[in-house]
Amino acid sequence: MNFELNEDHIMMRKMVRDFAEEECAPGSEERDEKEEFPMELWKKCGELGLAGITFAEEYGGVGADYLSYAITIEELSRVDASLGVTISAHSSLCANPINLFGTEEQKQKYLVPLATGEKMGAFGLTEAMAGSDASGTRTTAVKEGNEYVINGSKIFITNGYYADTYVITAQMDKSKGNKGIAAFILEKGTPGFTFGKKEKKMGIRSSATYELVFENCRIPAENLLGQEGQGFKIAMTTLDYGRIGIASQALGIAQGAYEQALKYSKERSQFGKTLSQLDVIQFKLADMALQIEAARLLVYQACDLATKHKPVSKYAAMAKVFAAETANKVATQAVQILGGYGYTRDYPVERMMRDAKITEIYEGTSEIQRIVIAANILKD
Amino acid sequence: MNIVVCLKQTFDTEAKIVLDSNGKIDSNGVNLVINPYDEYAVEEALKLKEKFGGEVTLVSMGSERVQESIRTALAMGCDKGILVNDPSIENPDEWATSEILAKAVSQIPYDIILAGRIAVDDGSSQVAIRLADALNIPSVSSILKLEIEDNKGTVTREIDGGTELIEVGLPAVLTAQKGLNEPRYPSMMGIMKAKKKEIKVLTLADLGMSAADLPRKMSIPKFSLPNARTAGKKISGEAAEAAQELARLLREEAKVI
Repeated sequence: MNFELNEDHIMMRKMVRDFAEEECAPGSEERDEKEEFPMELWKKCGELGLAGITFAEEYGGVGADYLSYAITIEELSRVDASLGVTISAHSSLCANPINLFGTEEQKQKYLVPLATGEKMGAFGLTEAMAGSDASGTRTTAVKEGNEYVINGSKIFITNGYYADTYVITAQMDKSKGNKGIAAFILEKGTPGFTFGKKEKKMGIRSSATYELVFENCRIPAENLLGQEGQGFKIAMTTLDYGRIGIASQALGIAQGAYEQALKYSKERSQFGKTLSQLDVIQFKLADMALQIEAARLLVYQACDLATKHKPVSKYAAMAKVFAAETANKVATQAVQILGGYGYTRDYPVERMMRDAKITEIYEGTSEIQRIVIAANILKD
Repeated sequence: MNIVVCLKQTFDTEAKIVLDSNGKIDSNGVNLVINPYDEYAVEEALKLKEKFGGEVTLVSMGSERVQESIRTALAMGCDKGILVNDPSIENPDEWATSEILAKAVSQIPYDIILAGRIAVDDGSSQVAIRLADALNIPSVSSILKLEIEDNKGTVTREIDGGTELIEVGLPAVLTAQKGLNEPRYPSMMGIMKAKKKEIKVLTLADLGMSAADLPRKMSIPKFSLPNARTAGKKISGEAAEAAQELARLLREEAKVI
């Protein structure tokens, strides 16, 4: 068991960090303030191969492991959590279900352009009545000849409006509950598929969060992903892997906030000493460093299992809930250490604190993660 | 086109320099990088390869650790590397370095040799030019722009207060100045492919040389750190008075006006 990164991972981390610091960090505050989607940076990420890290080369991906992916999302999120989730949602929530459940034709048609970054992906599961409880899905799909007709809406969809490809869930048979749900691949521009409300959010403000609206939207039968009735399972498996991405995003937020606090504590003096010389602050920093280290190890463990195609559900849930709670604690503490200045927009920590909150909510709330963990430990 | 890039691994420019108990520079725990000026050379080489086809070979000298930098350049898109690693010659001076590099470069076909104009650690700015001399080919330093046609290079070179336009026949050694290009990031795909690319490690014997052939022509007897910066002076008071006081101090204390 080796706890050190190998040469490739070290090189990848350096590359993404350099890219993040030189190209992504400078505009991050302005993008946050204006809620401006990072379209140019998304394209550059595609060119660098960041959009398809875990997918096979034959499908346009890089063929790298989950650790490479986690490192990438962490380094991007360390300077811009909105950009981190843009890549994560695209890869884990849209490209990956097609990768895992798609036919060869679907992979050639949809996965390849997603993996190369030529097209952007999104995932439409959540609805007004179906958040933690996916069985509340009210969007319907009806088979008519060689088409499906979709009616309904989705909310809080990351990358909505900008994405070209959408994996969505719809109910085909309410009497079967979760087993009636099916998953579909949808293209932007399909008649009957439009966008509704753009959400105004507390944090990750430059990530696009939109409502999707389906009004008699007709899609070819070949766009069914997996089998009818398999949609819930596809969604749950997708989220299992997606949690590694969000855990990495949270880890990045925590790391970025911690570094800001560490740096500030060495520069700021009160009571004749730098803050870093005061026990009170030292203990805060020590706790932050410790929690981040623990979160990192949980994330890396989940990555190891995912790369080996071993059951990942429990460990991904553990990594996600721990990393998310760490991000919130660390970012809040970072604002505290920077004091009055940390509360202003002159420093990035207030944004990191606002960004951190969502990691405890999306891709499964922290409460849901605990339900997943409990279900796993009680079935053993 | 056979493109050669001479690459040096140097301390990170942000690294803190510490002298050990022997008064020598301590490289323990220091972050090592590709000499930033050599990155411009690598990028220019990759652009030439994209335009004319061919291969980019990296040539470097130093310890095992230099492989990390070669690997990074391979990840950027270069094709193979040659590393001369021989502990029998310690801290070779610029002459010895250029002799060794010349021997290594002579073993492979080359149409053009690129390097950074200066290394950020010792700042000698000599080796690439000495290399050209050893190979008996022309050199142009501090280039800002390069165009190649019909085996001839048209080069814009930076000089004090301006630029000059030079035509040089190939093969030649050209050294890169900041502004020549924007070095690319290695892509994920590049990083994955880099480990499969060849880095040939050679000793002096492999080059038909020995340390005895390269007696030291220049040695460095002592390193010392710069004097600590003294604290600045803050001048208080109303703007007009403060300006007067500042002018007085600049004249009488700092003696700069």
